[in-house]
Amino acid sequence: MTALKTLYDKIWDAHVAQEDADGTCLLYIDRHLVHEVTSPQAFEGLRLAGRPVRAPEKTIAVPDHNVPTTLDREKGIENEESRIQVEALDKNARDFGVNYYPVSDIRQGIVHIVGPEQGWTLPGMTVVCGDSHTATHGAFGALAHGIGTSEVEHVLATQTLIQKKSKNMKVEITGHLRPGVTAKDITLSVIGATGTAGGTGYVIEYCGQAIRDLSMEGRMTVCNMAIEGGARAGIIAPDQKTFDYCMGRPHAPKGAQWEAAVTWWKTLFTDEGAHFDKVVTLKGEDIAPVVTWGTSPEDVLPITATVPAPESFTGGKVEAAQRALDYMGLTAGQKLTDIQIDTVFIGSCTNGRIEDLRAAAAVLKGKKIKAGMRAMVVPGSGLVRAQAEEEGLAQIFIDAGFEWRLAGCSMCLAMNPDQLAPGERCAATSNRNFEGRQGRGGRTHLLSPAMAAAAAITGHLTDIREMM
Amino acid sequence: MDKFTTLTGIAAPMPLLNIDTDMIIPKQFLKTIKRSGLGVNLFDEMRYTQDGKEIPTFVLNQPAYRKAEIIVAGDNFGCGSSREHAPWALLDFGIRAVISTSFADIFYSNCFKNGILPIVLPKAAVEVLMADAQKGANARITVDLEQQTVTASDGQSFAFDVDPFKKHCLLNGLDDIGLTLEKVKAIDTFEAAAAQSRPWV
Repeated sequence: MTALKTLYDKIWDAHVAQEDADGTCLLYIDRHLVHEVTSPQAFEGLRLAGRPVRAPEKTIAVPDHNVPTTLDREKGIENEESRIQVEALDKNARDFGVNYYPVSDIRQGIVHIVGPEQGWTLPGMTVVCGDSHTATHGAFGALAHGIGTSEVEHVLATQTLIQKKSKNMKVEITGHLRPGVTAKDITLSVIGATGTAGGTGYVIEYCGQAIRDLSMEGRMTVCNMAIEGGARAGIIAPDQKTFDYCMGRPHAPKGAQWEAAVTWWKTLFTDEGAHFDKVVTLKGEDIAPVVTWGTSPEDVLPITATVPAPESFTGGKVEAAQRALDYMGLTAGQKLTDIQIDTVFIGSCTNGRIEDLRAAAAVLKGKKIKAGMRAMVVPGSGLVRAQAEEEGLAQIFIDAGFEWRLAGCSMCLAMNPDQLAPGERCAATSNRNFEGRQGRGGRTHLLSPAMAAAAAITGHLTDIREMM
Repeated sequence: MDKFTTLTGIAAPMPLLNIDTDMIIPKQFLKTIKRSGLGVNLFDEMRYTQDGKEIPTFVLNQPAYRKAEIIVAGDNFGCGSSREHAPWALLDFGIRAVISTSFADIFYSNCFKNGILPIVLPKAAVEVLMADAQKGANARITVDLEQQTVTASDGQSFAFDVDPFKKHCLLNGLDDIGLTLEKVKAIDTFEAAAAQSRPWV
């Protein structure tokens, strides 16, 4: 009898090129995604050592973090350092012959949106990128995680990583979500339940009816934030929805190879009875629309709640919560729905896909954002943007008073000019509410696209269910 | 990469939980195409005012800790992004070891690639070392990688675990890529087999 395996075990085993006696493995990497911020030093390392990229055909580069998202971006990048970094990627991509989507290409966008969109990301693959949100690709049943720049260089040179296997963790979301509750609420609620270090040392498999019911876009949102829970990766077993999403994409297999691929992909599930080292179960019905109140993604509460008192926590979290309240300019006991905001950001690798824009547009249709509100939509890729224009979503955003931007990471991490000023308060569909994340002194509340749209209209954090 | 064998140095206490990589090195400093020179911006937004003046209460601005080589930190140090700029900034400042109850996965791995030793110890041990670090420059902590021990200034010693391969690389300052390329035959073999079994990759 063969040993029972989890999905993670199966993908791991299929990619071990070499294993040492102590369990240290060379893990073969099927897809290496590259962006401009974490790669220049890696390419420089290759040059200095005279090493080529081992598998340029499996390497995909796209600039996203630094690129301006304003409509005049063909004028070039004003900030000199940002421009040099994007130019460095351009040169490195061409010199080393890797697949490349320059800023001028309509397929350009956030690396984690471009990969799946172009069919580079497929079930059963190992996918890495010098970016923690690589976890996104786990939605396809791929083992996908972020790496540092030294590891980027290692993958470029050897197409492998030196790895030890993580432990298996199961996060099951049973039952069905209630109206107004989205994938973003699931993933934030899980982090709220487990803490930002709850997944450290694990690969999380998300499963259960509420996960199966999600679209591929929703599954990407869930896996995207696995890293915010500390996990190495998040993963969801592929199913017919996954195959349907992949079929016909530019780099997905065709014909007989497609058939062979699907046959293998259908074996990628956790065997009944396989061992998990940690199990967390949430009821879909118990999950509410949520927002973050603090400066860690674990600082999350249902929108109907009040700002917690630091003394309600234990240990070092008491000081951390007090610091968070001071930074966020909030008072314990304040209703979350009373928190006034001045900026709304819809976009990022967490919520910059077409389904996210549809959800926000559905709330905004025929409405106007509050006077004085600064609101922007930054599609995750040029193709998402084009599709949203085709579906009439762009016009809804523009009519409501949103800025309709070009694709990039934008205000998720504020490396480009899209930033918060000190004290500004943003309802953001992105993934991190750290101090200074969206600009020094800026205050971030994480939430779903529909909740962000609702806040743009009312001017304060709002329970989406009251607008449905 | 510089070797790491033993280190006796000033330890700076940073008890805050969840010190993230945006705190360690804010994004405006990620635009560099070099690895060096980031030390001056380590913990930039905690360390300097908006107009660039030092904030005197921040630990690394205090006279006792300006030459710290070790940080004793709260739980989950280094959470957030994969930016290797975080260990580069720590190293450039002069930090060679960080002690905490837990580290974020990618940050932990990035440290070893840069000659920094992240040390995981139980809460009680971290509390002892935190109190020791709070004594200032007279309290020096000793880290011995070969023996896998951390010793407080009063001689109290704590053993820590470290992956044998990572330890070996750090003790000898070895380059991962060079080691892996010695196994290139295994990679060739794997790649050829995968091209048959999963030709769509």
